[in-house]
Amino acid sequence: MTTLARISAGLLMTTCLAGAAAAQTELTFWQHGAGNAWEGKIFGQMVEEFNASQSDWKVTFQQFPQAAYNDSVTAAALSGELPDILDVDGPVMPNWAWAGYLAPLEITREELAGFLPGTIGVWKDQVYSVGLWDAAVAMITRKSILDKYGIRVPTLEQPWTGEEFNAALATIKESGDFAYPLDLGMWDKGEWYPYAYSPFLQSFGGDIVDRSTYQTAEGVLNGDAAVEFGEWWQGLFADGLAPGGSQPPADGPEALGFREGKYAITWVGNWNAAAVLKDFGDDALFLPAPDFGNGPKIGAGSWQLAVSAQSDNKEGANAFIRFALQDKYQAMFSDASGLAPATASAAAMTENYKEGAPMAVFYDLSAEQALVRPVTPGYVVEARVFRKALADIADGADVVTALDAAVDEINADIQNNQGYGH
Amino acid sequence: MAATPTRLLSSNRAGWAMAAPAVALILLFIIVPFALAFGFSFTNQRLFSPNPTQWVGTANFERLLGVSTLTLEPERDASGAVVLDDDGQPEYPRLRGYTRNNPDYPHLQGKQEWFSFGWGESRVYVLANDVVFMKSLRNTFLFVLVVAPLQGGLALLLAVMINQKLKGINFFRTVYFMPVVVSIVVVSLLWRFIYAGDNGLLNSALSWLTFGAFKPVDWLGNPATALPAIIVMSIWQAVGFHMVIWLAGLQSISPTLYEAANIEGASRWQAFRYVTWPGLRNTAVLVLIVITMQAFALFAQIDVMTKGGPVDSTQTMVFQAVERGYRKQDIAAGSVISVVLFLIVLTISLVQGYLTLEKK
Repeated sequence: MTTLARISAGLLMTTCLAGAAAAQTELTFWQHGAGNAWEGKIFGQMVEEFNASQSDWKVTFQQFPQAAYNDSVTAAALSGELPDILDVDGPVMPNWAWAGYLAPLEITREELAGFLPGTIGVWKDQVYSVGLWDAAVAMITRKSILDKYGIRVPTLEQPWTGEEFNAALATIKESGDFAYPLDLGMWDKGEWYPYAYSPFLQSFGGDIVDRSTYQTAEGVLNGDAAVEFGEWWQGLFADGLAPGGSQPPADGPEALGFREGKYAITWVGNWNAAAVLKDFGDDALFLPAPDFGNGPKIGAGSWQLAVSAQSDNKEGANAFIRFALQDKYQAMFSDASGLAPATASAAAMTENYKEGAPMAVFYDLSAEQALVRPVTPGYVVEARVFRKALADIADGADVVTALDAAVDEINADIQNNQGYGH
Repeated sequence: MAATPTRLLSSNRAGWAMAAPAVALILLFIIVPFALAFGFSFTNQRLFSPNPTQWVGTANFERLLGVSTLTLEPERDASGAVVLDDDGQPEYPRLRGYTRNNPDYPHLQGKQEWFSFGWGESRVYVLANDVVFMKSLRNTFLFVLVVAPLQGGLALLLAVMINQKLKGINFFRTVYFMPVVVSIVVVSLLWRFIYAGDNGLLNSALSWLTFGAFKPVDWLGNPATALPAIIVMSIWQAVGFHMVIWLAGLQSISPTLYEAANIEGASRWQAFRYVTWPGLRNTAVLVLIVITMQAFALFAQIDVMTKGGPVDSTQTMVFQAVERGYRKQDIAAGSVISVVLFLIVLTISLVQGYLTLEKK
């Protein structure tokens, strides 16, 4: 073979390869977890496997730091440059759907049978987003601590009552063995506040907004139940039972403050729980939320996948999400992070959630006590207002005034948006 | 020899061409956005919304700035005696009864207590539609009033100190200037550790200096200390920048003037008072205006360190404008604050300009 022939053969081959690659339509996928090793790794692997599994679509994957993610999406939406596939935080989804960023999924509810309810994002009777996992929150402590102070170990059937919980905190406080009996994670001044603390309010009988109409917060966020909650909340900080807003952020990730022995009980998400299990093994306890009168409640709804309304290739985007929902990926994410997989069949494949495994309790918590945050486009504002009210009350503001102010702001916002399309 | 308008426009093409990039950028990023903000402040514009934007007139301004007063008599028991609370103070009815759904007081609907004071036996409550904004207004003014003179004065002191021909003086210039080069976000993060409530650097240092007598203070978590803590940190961070401007002014003063003063037998204070200070006049005006404007724009420190808390003690106007306009997606509400802030800064700049006008 002459050199010339070799070169032409080479050229021909590269052209063919390029042609084959060009036949795949390009899709872009944005995700919020930059700086978080496991999310990048598993999504990267998933994208590669999807691209190799079929010849129609080629997904490119881009990550953003969580703190800048929602702003980036907003900016991209305003300038018409949204990606085809994006991930969205569960409670934010109605806002993006209402604003027209998202297209309804072509994936039907029948296909999603068996998914935890918190993993399916529904707005106006249409599925807009679906998650591979759900997050859950639990009271994490050690059996040896509860035994030492003679505190009953609560169960899913019989959780602590409000009085029992308060008495337990008081007992531990009196012993003086810990800096604080309870770590609520007050350093995390983001979505954590409404996600982790509004279930306490709901267990007292209040809520962030009246869910029957989504048109007012009057009487719900400032009614008797809410005021009772507010006074209890303020007491936690005034009585030195929990550290307030100036808690050092270093305490939070992987429940470090609790593992170091600064706190006796920590109210923390399952994505931070794997380290506790590693440190304390059988001694670690994952306990349900206390019942303040209206049943124990925890938040539901984590990050989910959705298709942008600006995408020209919605079919491909839906195909990718279908591919992503496979049990094996759910299991991989769960093993890497400690989050609960969306389906029971995936849970059976995981280290921590299979039958009898240490974190299976989170799966039961999600299934039994989970309450999604208010499903309304106004949630984005309501969450911020709620966070400010809780921070102010913790810092000593008058409870009734703070709650009234929050109600006024939420109602003005709803009115300003002509009811948010409910 | 001021140029006439015609000359300015016609025979100055090269000048205009050279100014064009800057003019275009200022137009695009300052003038146009401000004009938009001014327009938005009379509408209910959202960051994004499927609803059409509506003209609402001055409703946004009324909601932001509305204030009224309410005078309440103390509670009396059956015999007509004033009811006292546990601290021996007279008790007043809860404001909530007047400001929430009370048909007799429609003008108080939704208003909240800003502050109150005793007036004989009764109590006068000043109620505002938007208490958070009122507090942010107060905090912003407090910040400017403290920072402008302190930062300017401290910068001048440092400039005079390093304006000497000593060995190694460049080392000190560099040290004082260093915080300016570091991003304010990074500086704020670091100072959060310094101010940490349990074992932060400041608490540890004070406790060591006082042999443990000092009780740790939660500097950023206490409404009484949060704003002062941010003021101190802000002065420290930007003082080097203004020091350099003062230094430039100092070095532009001719040495012959000092020699003449020396021959006349002037003391060091007299030399400063009658040679240095008059020579720094234009620099002083510049420094004062720049500090004032920067202080009004207080945002990054608040966003990183306190987010306006605890209990609104560090709310500022720009922080509220961003919080409402962008994070709560209410561009109109953010625009209204921007317009009010613009009017305040404009007024102050005009007054400063008038007061420092060279009287001929």
